[in-house]
Amino acid sequence: LSSDKLTDEEWEEIEDTLLAADVGVTDTTEIVDRLRERVKVLGSRTSSQVRALLQEELTTALGVEADRNLNTVTEDGPATVMVVGVNGAGKTTTCGKIARVLIADGNTVVMGAADTFRAAAADQLETWGTRVGAKVVRSHEGADPASVAFDAVKTAKDDQADVVLVDTAGRLQNKVGLMDELGKVKRVVEKHGPVCETLLVLDATTGQNGLQQAKVFTEVCDVTGVILTKLDGTAKGGIVIAVQRQLGVPVKLIGLGEGPDDLAPFEVESFVDALISVDEQ
Amino acid sequence: MFDSLSERLSGIFENLRGKTRLSDSDIDATARQIRLALLEADVALPVVKTFIGHVKGRCRGKEVSGALNPSQQIIKIVNEELVKILGGETRRLEFSKQPPTVVMLAGLQGAGKTTLAGKLAKWLKSEGHSPLLVAADLQRPNAVGQLSVLAERAEVEIYAPQPGSGVGDPVEVARDSLEHAKKAGRDIVIVDTAGRLGVDEEMMEQARQIREATNPDEVLFVIDAMIGQDAVTTAEAFRDGVGITGVVLSKLDGDARGGAALSVREVTGKPIMFASVGEKLDDFDVFHPDRMASRILGM
Ligand SMILES: Nc1nc2c(ncn2[C@@H]2O[C@H](COP(=O)(O)OP(=O)(O)OP(=O)(O)O)[C@@H](O)[C@H]2O)c(=O)[nH]1
Ligand SMILES: Nc1nc2c(ncn2[C@@H]2O[C@H](COP(=O)(O)OP(=O)(O)OP(=O)(O)O)[C@@H](O)[C@H]2O)c(=O)[nH]1
Ligand SMILES: [K+]
Ligand SMILES: [Mg+2]
Ligand SMILES: [Mg+2]
Repeated sequence: LSSDKLTDEEWEEIEDTLLAADVGVTDTTEIVDRLRERVKVLGSRTSSQVRALLQEELTTALGVEADRNLNTVTEDGPATVMVVGVNGAGKTTTCGKIARVLIADGNTVVMGAADTFRAAAADQLETWGTRVGAKVVRSHEGADPASVAFDAVKTAKDDQADVVLVDTAGRLQNKVGLMDELGKVKRVVEKHGPVCETLLVLDATTGQNGLQQAKVFTEVCDVTGVILTKLDGTAKGGIVIAVQRQLGVPVKLIGLGEGPDDLAPFEVESFVDALISVDEQ
Repeated sequence: MFDSLSERLSGIFENLRGKTRLSDSDIDATARQIRLALLEADVALPVVKTFIGHVKGRCRGKEVSGALNPSQQIIKIVNEELVKILGGETRRLEFSKQPPTVVMLAGLQGAGKTTLAGKLAKWLKSEGHSPLLVAADLQRPNAVGQLSVLAERAEVEIYAPQPGSGVGDPVEVARDSLEHAKKAGRDIVIVDTAGRLGVDEEMMEQARQIREATNPDEVLFVIDAMIGQDAVTTAEAFRDGVGITGVVLSKLDGDARGGAALSVREVTGKPIMFASVGEKLDDFDVFHPDRMASRILGM
């Protein structure tokens, strides 16, 4: 027995770290198996060397080549960005935060309140609009979300705005009717031209269901990027590894709080560091 | 998708027939499969470990070794143990002898507190009570407006003296609501509070102050059924930071397996009292431990 070899307990610890970060059984097993294979090929390794290799594996798993820029450049007309996701994930807040960044960069932004269902959803978006200086297009409660979205893009065109953000109602991905509705919102918006980005807002506290969310939302409206919210809490958001590995959808931005400036680019290195750091209680 | 636990176990026991007791390796293999099934259902790792400890003990006993179909017997044991944890001392809402009864809601951002406030109000009203909704989330943009709409739909009164969206003192609103309830003859006060992270010391302190100001009969911790491994840390934070008397599992109309139910139950020791199963005010049910156990096991 050589002391520089990892014990079964140490391997289990690595596995547990990933599982406790919501990476999930399948992806954890595959990542740890690859790691074991590499350790075998490279010869005996100390814990800290294995840790460095693990960091590499996780970085690879998160997609090295992934384009994490928000695509808001168009030949002509406003860039359309749709924001989708399950209930309470942080869509409306994120719309406000994205508008803030875009406006700070000199863009004019219109937001469309295509959540006509939840109580006071349009008011909430309007408050954000006022906060960050974006015009909000809204209708009455119960209005057709597709036509609100259509009108928002139209307003953005008329105003020669640079970007239009369409906030949609939260919906659980197993609700077929609501998912069909979302598909329709997108198709109607596309009458004005292609949608630049469809962003799935994923709450970092979400467990394995996050993968199912990403699958179904991608099927219905072709998600181009994930925004991982609520990373200011204790959750690690490891499910995005499965989302990247199995669906190839990259995380683009992260949410770090409830304020207008609590949005940041997704940085693989710090995400991986946080994921495998053992919390000091 | 996920294999059910029975499929997972059947492989292990193919050659078992006729054995009088399970070998240690049979039991280890079984434990591994149970572990996988629970992890895929989002049961938190430390809770999985404790749980498997219990089940392993029972697997060594004679109820399994003697069984004609050990795999089914083990599933039965797993199921029983789950129901035992999920269902321990189920109870109804605690009403105060001196009205108003105060119910305070607490939880992470977006968990479903405000919606639940509307649901509770509507349900309690239908039971002959006279509830008052209290808008003590003065932080989230338009939370007051959201609760007002729900109050209107539930046809109950709302106490909302402050505009919110960053304006007003939630502790004061909560405290004053009791006086208002007495004057208006309301027998139940439901206090909606802002979402907060367990690690947000300032906001947890505010929740404690609301609690002290209203001395609630119930503090219900609302938790999203989709939550993963963070359930334990979060539940501990609310247990220690605010103090809770019961749990409500929300968004159970989704397809998450809901292993968090087990984690939260294990960590807080408090009963899961209600299930929130949709966005409408009637989408609300008492919690069924047996259904939850089957759901976690994917059966
Ligand atoms: N701590 C924290 N809270 C957040 C973050 N993003 C959003 N929130 C909070 O999460 C809650 C829900 O956010 P919303 O933006 O309303 O979520 P939504 O997805 O639009 O919700 P629905 O439209 O009801 O489906 C609010 O209390 C937000 O303030 C974040 O990054 N960190
Ligand atoms: N499908 C479904 N949606 C729900 C359920 N409960 C709440 N929601 C939705 O989840 C979102 C968040 O609900 P809220 O009641 O605003 O949550 P909250 O905990 O008050 O949020 P904050 O005040 O921002 O912390 C809304 O879109 C609700 O309609 C449920 O049981 N099922
Ligand atoms: K975090
Ligand atoms: Mg919203
Ligand atoms: Mg609320």
